[in-house]
Amino acid sequence: MKLDDDDFTLFGLPATYALDRADLDARWRRLQAEVHPDRFASEGAAAQRLAMQWAVRVNEAYQRLKDPVRRAAYLCEQRGAAIAAERNTAMPADFLVQQMEWREALDDAAGLADVEALDGEVRRFEQGLLRSLQAALDDRNDAPAAATTVRALMFVSRFRQDLERRLDALDTTR
Amino acid sequence: MALLQISEPGQTPDPHQRRIAVGIDLGTTHSLVAAVRHGVAECLPDEQGRVLLPSAVRYLEGGRRQIGFEARDAQAEDPENTLVSVKRFMGRRLADVAGHGRLPYRFIDQPGMLAVATRDGVKTPVEVSAEILASLRQRAEDSFDADLFGAVITVPAYFDDAQRQATKDAAQLAGLNVLRLISEPTAAAVAYGLDHGSEGLYAVYDLGGGTFDISLLRLNRGVFEVVATGGDAALGGDDIDHLLADWALLQAGVAAATPHDKRAALVAARAVKEALSDAAAAPWVASVGGAEHTVDISREQLDHLTRPLVDRTLAAVRKVLRDAGVARDEVQGVVMVGGSTRMPLVRLAVGEFFARAPLTDVNPDEVVAAGAAIQANALAGNAGSGDLLLLDVIALSLGLETMGGLVERVIERNTTIPAAQAQEFTTFKDGQTAMAIHVVQGERDLVSECRSLARFELRGIPPMVAGAARIRVTFQVDADGLLSVSAREQVSGVEASVVVKPSYGLADDQIAQMLKDGFAHAEVDMAARSLREAQVDAERLVLATAAALQVDGGLLPAEERHAIETLLSDTRRVAAGGDAHAIERAIETLAEATENFAAARMNQGIRQALAGRRIEDV
Repeated sequence: MKLDDDDFTLFGLPATYALDRADLDARWRRLQAEVHPDRFASEGAAAQRLAMQWAVRVNEAYQRLKDPVRRAAYLCEQRGAAIAAERNTAMPADFLVQQMEWREALDDAAGLADVEALDGEVRRFEQGLLRSLQAALDDRNDAPAAATTVRALMFVSRFRQDLERRLDALDTTR
Repeated sequence: MALLQISEPGQTPDPHQRRIAVGIDLGTTHSLVAAVRHGVAECLPDEQGRVLLPSAVRYLEGGRRQIGFEARDAQAEDPENTLVSVKRFMGRRLADVAGHGRLPYRFIDQPGMLAVATRDGVKTPVEVSAEILASLRQRAEDSFDADLFGAVITVPAYFDDAQRQATKDAAQLAGLNVLRLISEPTAAAVAYGLDHGSEGLYAVYDLGGGTFDISLLRLNRGVFEVVATGGDAALGGDDIDHLLADWALLQAGVAAATPHDKRAALVAARAVKEALSDAAAAPWVASVGGAEHTVDISREQLDHLTRPLVDRTLAAVRKVLRDAGVARDEVQGVVMVGGSTRMPLVRLAVGEFFARAPLTDVNPDEVVAAGAAIQANALAGNAGSGDLLLLDVIALSLGLETMGGLVERVIERNTTIPAAQAQEFTTFKDGQTAMAIHVVQGERDLVSECRSLARFELRGIPPMVAGAARIRVTFQVDADGLLSVSAREQVSGVEASVVVKPSYGLADDQIAQMLKDGFAHAEVDMAARSLREAQVDAERLVLATAAALQVDGGLLPAEERHAIETLLSDTRRVAAGGDAHAIERAIETLAEATENFAAARMNQGIRQALAGRRIEDV
């Protein structure tokens, strides 16, 4: 086992999009139980340093694997389809139209109920994109198509941040 | 047993070598120290049998001071020199402290952290906290009649880097070896969870004297995993006292003009608040403006005043549930921690929110210190704690300032620590040879709305056209939740790094100077102290290495094993002598020689973890 092994190898998992979250969590806990600096508390600086490196590496891989979008992006990169979101900003017209409609709906939202309804709609849309990711990566091995979907999800996630900020604001005023 | 766990009870060569490690809850209102004795965590009492130490320090003439009950009881009589609730000032500037005008202190606004002028000179919150910690350290050493090996100190989960650093500085100043800073709700979950054998998803609602935390934890066979955390580092029982005092003064038609008046109004408010936890009505009695005033206050009135604050805590709870992607009915239990959760309104509101009665069967004052003691015991390598593992998160995102005063987040909140993340930036102007790096903490997009943690410069970048340089900035957060940042220009290899000592953190040499100046333990002979510390370190490393050789020695070629064994006996021999420097050198040599061995054992552990079984199942 090496620090620069890829995330899937580190967790002993096949490099696929589909993943059993409960199994991933259990593997993460087992790995941390072995490498966490606290397990080396009574040892010297060398062991502490090493444990710190491993614990950081295991957490980094876990953060990436547990997030469907980041996991998909990682698989795309591994399979030679760069996400390069800052250079690939061209999105299909209907997708952009929908984004604009959402923004307008958020601006017009009168209260918590409106924002929560929009939140539900965005969530359903995200779920659909995530299902198509799985088809593209695991069934068709079409990394370029998956990369396009990842970029769409990144747009959606930016919108979700605004949405959540609005929810927070509504929360503190009521 | 876990891969590198050592010294089960009875396995240690000498059972009396058990290390004394304590947990300390440094609270806004009260502080406690606890230790594991006979397998049970318990709070240590003072000579009068009291476990709570009021977090109050009174500075007297001639450098003398009172700490605890005496100081607390003198606060109305000597308000300017009696400092209480200084936790609210840790790592804060005056402008950060809301309502400081209502406090009876002579504040000094200075860059970094505010200070207070007393008759014994200017005191920083770090120094005041160190007095409290030193007092608890003394209590623990008296209880065990032994020196402390180290301490785990708790901080609110929502404390930022500056507040954590200030707490660690205070502990060092009090002569404590800080084994770890842990979050208060996490500590509470450890004590509660182990005591009740709880498994699954739990919330800890921690409303103390000055801070509010809400943490969501998954408890799984001794692993305490924080899923998400949130709160408000300036919301607690003190705020309720202020509201109540203001209202009572209004009813009485008087104004609190002097430090004495302000403190008297607050002390009376606190007494009413506490009485109203059981009674339906209670009188607020305070001497203000030279006359005694009485205002009757009902529980309804208190609830009315408190409701907005309770609603603020529930907003934070909703946010944490959203962050975790968890519905409120998935939470199996809500553990109530902190003295302010004794208020009936708080219990009612939390119960209504989760649609289940909150868990109030722990002592809300003691559970945090008890959890810290359990973790301290484990970190000291004492036994019986082999499976305990705390996986905490950072509560606040960390980022950098980019063009236009915007924040680029590098590590998101609720990331499990330890964590590291790198991000690449580039230059803005042609020929730019230096880059200012400004590290901030917070959730807002504008730098001006986040907390500034540190600034440093990366210099010596070779001149290039704008956008050609590739500067990789790496953030690393250790298991204490403390940040260090480094920057490297990838093309030229120019490097700069800082341990983020926020401007208010004390530099190591400052701490050394303060210790030398005799603060906190004038009686300690520094040379004797450093020798003893070196001996303890040596003993610790020798024991750990010997135990590891016994278990995993087979991973090493005979030659290397022999070399390590030789160094072991060398270190033992040197440690028996009186030369601190020689001991430190021996420790270093041994640590270096075992680096390969440590790596081999780590690898073995990981392979076993991946094989899906733990070593104890083999």
